[in-house]
Amino acid sequence: MNHFKTIRLLKDRLSFLLDIKAYKKIILLVFLTIAIFIFSASVGDSYINPLNVLQILFGGGNDFDQLVVIDFRLPRIFIAAFAGMALAVAGAILQGMIKNPLASPDIIGISAGGGAAVVAFLAIFSDSNHSLTVSIQWLPVAGFIGATSIGFLVYIFAWKDGITPIRLVLIGIGVSAFMQAMTTMLMLLGPIYKATEANMWITGSVSGANWDQVKMLIPWTILLLLITFFITRHLNVQEFGDDTASSLGHSVQKMRFLLLLLSTALVAGAIAFAGAIGFVGLMAPHIARRLVGSSFGVLIPTAATIGALLVMIADVIGRTAFSPLEVPAGVFTAAIGAPYFIYLLFRNPKK
Amino acid sequence: MIFNNTISKTLALLISVIILILCIGISIVYGYADTSIETALHAFTQFDHSNEHIIIRNLRVPRALIAASVGASLAITGVLMQTLTKNPLASPGILGINAGAGFAVVFSMVFFKISGLQSFAWIAFLGATIAAIAVLGISSSGRDAMTPIKITLAGAAMSALFSSFTQGLLATNEAELDQVLFWLAGSVQGRKLEILTSVFPYLALGWIAALFISPKMNVLALGDDIAKGLGLNLGFIKVIVGIIVILLAGGSVAVAGPIGFIGIVIPHIARKCIGNDHKWLIPMAALLGSILLLIADVAARYIIMPQEVPVGVMTAFIGTPFFIYIARKGFKKA
Repeated sequence: MNHFKTIRLLKDRLSFLLDIKAYKKIILLVFLTIAIFIFSASVGDSYINPLNVLQILFGGGNDFDQLVVIDFRLPRIFIAAFAGMALAVAGAILQGMIKNPLASPDIIGISAGGGAAVVAFLAIFSDSNHSLTVSIQWLPVAGFIGATSIGFLVYIFAWKDGITPIRLVLIGIGVSAFMQAMTTMLMLLGPIYKATEANMWITGSVSGANWDQVKMLIPWTILLLLITFFITRHLNVQEFGDDTASSLGHSVQKMRFLLLLLSTALVAGAIAFAGAIGFVGLMAPHIARRLVGSSFGVLIPTAATIGALLVMIADVIGRTAFSPLEVPAGVFTAAIGAPYFIYLLFRNPKK
Repeated sequence: MIFNNTISKTLALLISVIILILCIGISIVYGYADTSIETALHAFTQFDHSNEHIIIRNLRVPRALIAASVGASLAITGVLMQTLTKNPLASPGILGINAGAGFAVVFSMVFFKISGLQSFAWIAFLGATIAAIAVLGISSSGRDAMTPIKITLAGAAMSALFSSFTQGLLATNEAELDQVLFWLAGSVQGRKLEILTSVFPYLALGWIAALFISPKMNVLALGDDIAKGLGLNLGFIKVIVGIIVILLAGGSVAVAGPIGFIGIVIPHIARKCIGNDHKWLIPMAALLGSILLLIADVAARYIIMPQEVPVGVMTAFIGTPFFIYIARKGFKKA
């Protein structure tokens, strides 16, 4: 056990168990994330040398390159990275809390709620000429409200002398299916051009990113990630099951509510700006688990970097592979993530 | 469970059969062109080539039979998958069936310009089979071969991969989107009887096999270790279950496109009614699945008449409130 190191802070009030081996992997992943970050800022319609990108990031470079990198590319890269992180961490939390490998933000209805709200927004605020009567800037607000209110609705429906994970997730599936049905209905009844726009959102795309959105998403996500990081030990305890957890002095229901709140807030922020990007919330935690094991102290940061990597790479592929056509990032998250995960399943049979 | 002895369980099944027959009748009689029961009967006894008779013989009857068979098949595969993966969230889709079928249909449409429901049916069946075999292949590798968790994860990853390919193809070929979107939503409308009859042998084989395998499923539900200790050949049973799922879910997706919800929700409702014994559970789920799909299909005709709503939408609208009620009433552990 010598690759573990205990860190105690504030007179033992706060302590961490550091898994040195896992943190080496995480550092490697962080470097990989930075590399992809620079790479994705340098490729696109006009290629900019990665060294120039670095210059621009530190204030240099010529005007045109500056415009391309700072105004066009950086916002979407940031949104991609942080949305990916948020979804992956939310997925990890939910899988730990529900103790089900199939749990993900999609399955408990949060994403579907956001989707239904966005489609409803497009349908309600359109005039007879099919143009929006309010600014498209409000679309993320609709997505956010939809996702959070469905998160709460599922919680309320599932409440009966407390929440059991299985009830939560089954009701989540029901509500999710209902919301998807609503979405399909609205898309069928509305004009087709809106269906394409809504489809784009449901698939998940970061093409509309701008700096204002980045300034909202980054603090929001970082704050929530910090909170998550401080309560990971509760997640470890919850994984033992309700009885063990409560005899360890863990207040199961209160924590469960907090964890659900955290994951809903993370997902709502991410999908408000990046749309309902699928797969990341489901698979990033599994990939992370295969790499560093299932202790949440290391699982959460690993899942976060993998989520960021997945969405960033998916976005790069989406805007370069079929250029000039731009394919939403959500299309490729599974295309790059799934083969890797299947390889991990093959190579590394879990003990 | 609501019905807890053999007599009441038998009664419950009988009542479900009667409701099912009623629903088939309703599905044949009601719709945009309202007909009556006499006309429906006359369409077969004294066919006079009138519009009503043609509608009943060529549209309504195939549609009702397709809805009933598909609903039953999906519900049975849901039960099998949930027991196989020990996961209450599993559905036939977890074996990659729907995603594989969807990809195969979109792929053949984009690259080979194939269209038409009849050819879609075979392509979908093929795609579903390939995807399911790939999932079973991946999960049978390594030391933890065919454990529930490995089947689940391999299936979820494969489904995601195939749906991502599908979305990619659709995003780069928008012209095809319209035609195929309707297929991807799942529907029992406009299918000719030939589509059902060509797939029906596979479905029937799947139903019979599912009934025969039900005692073994009870053992499998106890967990892999206990099942092995009781002398169950785990690998063999799991492969058989895989084949039944391919037959039933593959056949369903071929006929009606990917219809979700039934496969995941009906097993829970059936379990709540009749308990965990697969000998009762499988027939009960089959009946309930048929009934839900038939009712949803009739409702789908009336909501935005003369247009129709995809039946998958209606199953969710009708099934969800009931499902939430059941979920709140408390579950026996799956």
